[in-house]
Amino acid sequence: MSSITLPRRLSTALWRAPRLALAATLLPPLAWFLLIYLAALAVLFIAAFWSVDAFTGEIDRTWTLENFARIVQSPIYRAIALRTIGMAAAVTVTDALIAFPFAFFMARVAGPTLRVTLFTLVLLPLWSSYLARVYAWRLILAHDGALNWALNGVGLPSLEIGYSRWAMWIVFSYIWLPFMITPLFAALERIPQSLLEASGDLGARGWRTLVRVILPLSLPGLVAGSIFTFSLTLGDYITPVLVGGPGSDFIGNVVYANVGIANNVPFAAAYASVPLVVMMLYLALAKRIGAFESM
Amino acid sequence: MKRMVRVGTVMLSLVAAAGPLWAAPAEPAYPKEIGKGEGALNIVAWEGYAQDDWVKPFEAETGCQVNKKYAGSSDEMVALMRSGGGGEYDLVSASGDATLRLIYGGDVQPIDTRFIPDFADFVEDLKAPPHNSLKGVHYGLSYEWGPNVLLWNTAKLKAAPTSWSALYDPAYKGLVSVPDNPIQIADAALYLSKTKPDLGITDPYELTPAQLDAAAALLKGQQPLVKKYWALASDQVELFKNGDSVIGAAWPYMTNTLKDAGTPVADTVPTEGATGWADSWMLSSKTSHPNCAYKFMAYVSTPKVQAQQAIYFGETPVNTKACAPMDAQQAGSCAKYHLDDAATYLKSIRFWKTPLQQCADGSKTCTSYTDWQQKWQEIKG
Repeated sequence: MSSITLPRRLSTALWRAPRLALAATLLPPLAWFLLIYLAALAVLFIAAFWSVDAFTGEIDRTWTLENFARIVQSPIYRAIALRTIGMAAAVTVTDALIAFPFAFFMARVAGPTLRVTLFTLVLLPLWSSYLARVYAWRLILAHDGALNWALNGVGLPSLEIGYSRWAMWIVFSYIWLPFMITPLFAALERIPQSLLEASGDLGARGWRTLVRVILPLSLPGLVAGSIFTFSLTLGDYITPVLVGGPGSDFIGNVVYANVGIANNVPFAAAYASVPLVVMMLYLALAKRIGAFESM
Repeated sequence: MKRMVRVGTVMLSLVAAAGPLWAAPAEPAYPKEIGKGEGALNIVAWEGYAQDDWVKPFEAETGCQVNKKYAGSSDEMVALMRSGGGGEYDLVSASGDATLRLIYGGDVQPIDTRFIPDFADFVEDLKAPPHNSLKGVHYGLSYEWGPNVLLWNTAKLKAAPTSWSALYDPAYKGLVSVPDNPIQIADAALYLSKTKPDLGITDPYELTPAQLDAAAALLKGQQPLVKKYWALASDQVELFKNGDSVIGAAWPYMTNTLKDAGTPVADTVPTEGATGWADSWMLSSKTSHPNCAYKFMAYVSTPKVQAQQAIYFGETPVNTKACAPMDAQQAGSCAKYHLDDAATYLKSIRFWKTPLQQCADGSKTCTSYTDWQQKWQEIKG
């Protein structure tokens, strides 16, 4: 007996008790998830019910709903939440409209070489810094920037869209486009050619095949992509600072200002739960559509 | 991922905010004498406030190794000084809008100016200014100061503006740039104190709710004219370079940078006067390197270091003897930064200080910084 080594004995014990083996495998990632991710969210939620002493800046740990009341009652915080959600929706629709024909071409029309080339081009911007790309747009859209230089060059008047919500819409749509193209491409590529042929054999023309066959089958990919574009826009606070003008603050900017400038962490926590709730609703909707099956 | 980062930030701030439990200014605990250095000194400073040019010689002279942590805002400075229960950092170069928060939070302790030989040569009004001293007790040692100025593009504007009213003038719609900072409300209040005396504003940092509303109304009228509420000095420099903005509220630093880059600009302290910053070195109430801290404060108060700092950052020293070394380093710089007429120049500046609920007369009818922050959010939308 004594000749059996410890690892050997351990391995035998685990073989006899498969549940133990499972627990040992799952425990580290589970502990990580619970501790780092869920615990952080729990602290966030709890802090949202505290308040801050205006004089000393110390946190007062008495339960209060005051922060949530302020968010609901104040027109400015309602407006900022709606602006953020509206922009996220606009960017998602824009990206879907641009990405669909592009992904369709890549998946069903382009040859292997062209497909790889296009894929590389789509993903190439992701290799450069997010900040560098936003700053580049700032220079393009500036008053004396590349856009107006080009417009004036062909005899058109200048566009004053630098530092505005238009600029934010353009930059967000550009930045998150690869996250829409990739899942959409995967979904479109999986549609069997035979289904399209069958649709044609049954007399459906191109447009009808697109609406009745391709679109329903690619919907999970579309929704998966929209989760990325929607949530990434919803949580962003850098683009509004860099390319936004007056009246461009997002939920994230208010959170940042309350943590970093006003030192009102409880209010920031309460406001940060707004995008959390919005995303939960969005994900519940996406699950119903079946988006998670193709992720 | 981004959400996780944000949650992490919130958690860190929670830890930072759970600092001292008392909420009163610290009592004096002056050292009897300044002994040998402890070998190290941890400081929180504005970027550019602890350059090797003058920190290296200090390290060689005293053996105090300076570990510096740069902060980007007054609020970050307050959070850092409270982090880990205080005592992680020995010194902070706090601006006037952070000093009172640090004093009333009990985060900093009184400084004995006996150990600062150059203190006698300080500009008289900055020896014990209300933003860093309480009842003659020095919680901060004044360092350098400067005004917030009206900046404009001389090629785009025919006539030089002389009043802050230019920033509220519809003629410049879409061409104005102002700082994205709640303390900007004080600029509007200062302007109103001169143009609408019936509001009764005497101190732009002590506003009753009605006065705060009046300032907010003025700034809400300005919002449609604003091209950009800038967050960083470099943002405004870019706005002026690219022609997006031709007039704005700025610091002399931007004027210098833009002139160096060849953009035709000029700045002025308008007739209504200006707000400004006055920075102070403050000593943590839980410092573990008091000797090195006192040695450092004495060192940076000397004329030579004050001059180096002033020219590097573009501001005015508090030590009146710094004039000669300034001119030696850069001809005419003493007059350029008005150190030769400091007493008069100083009177034209209303220095940043933290708005508190308690007014100077003791009544609790003023609005606090939290109120200002909320108003600012409403103003910029």
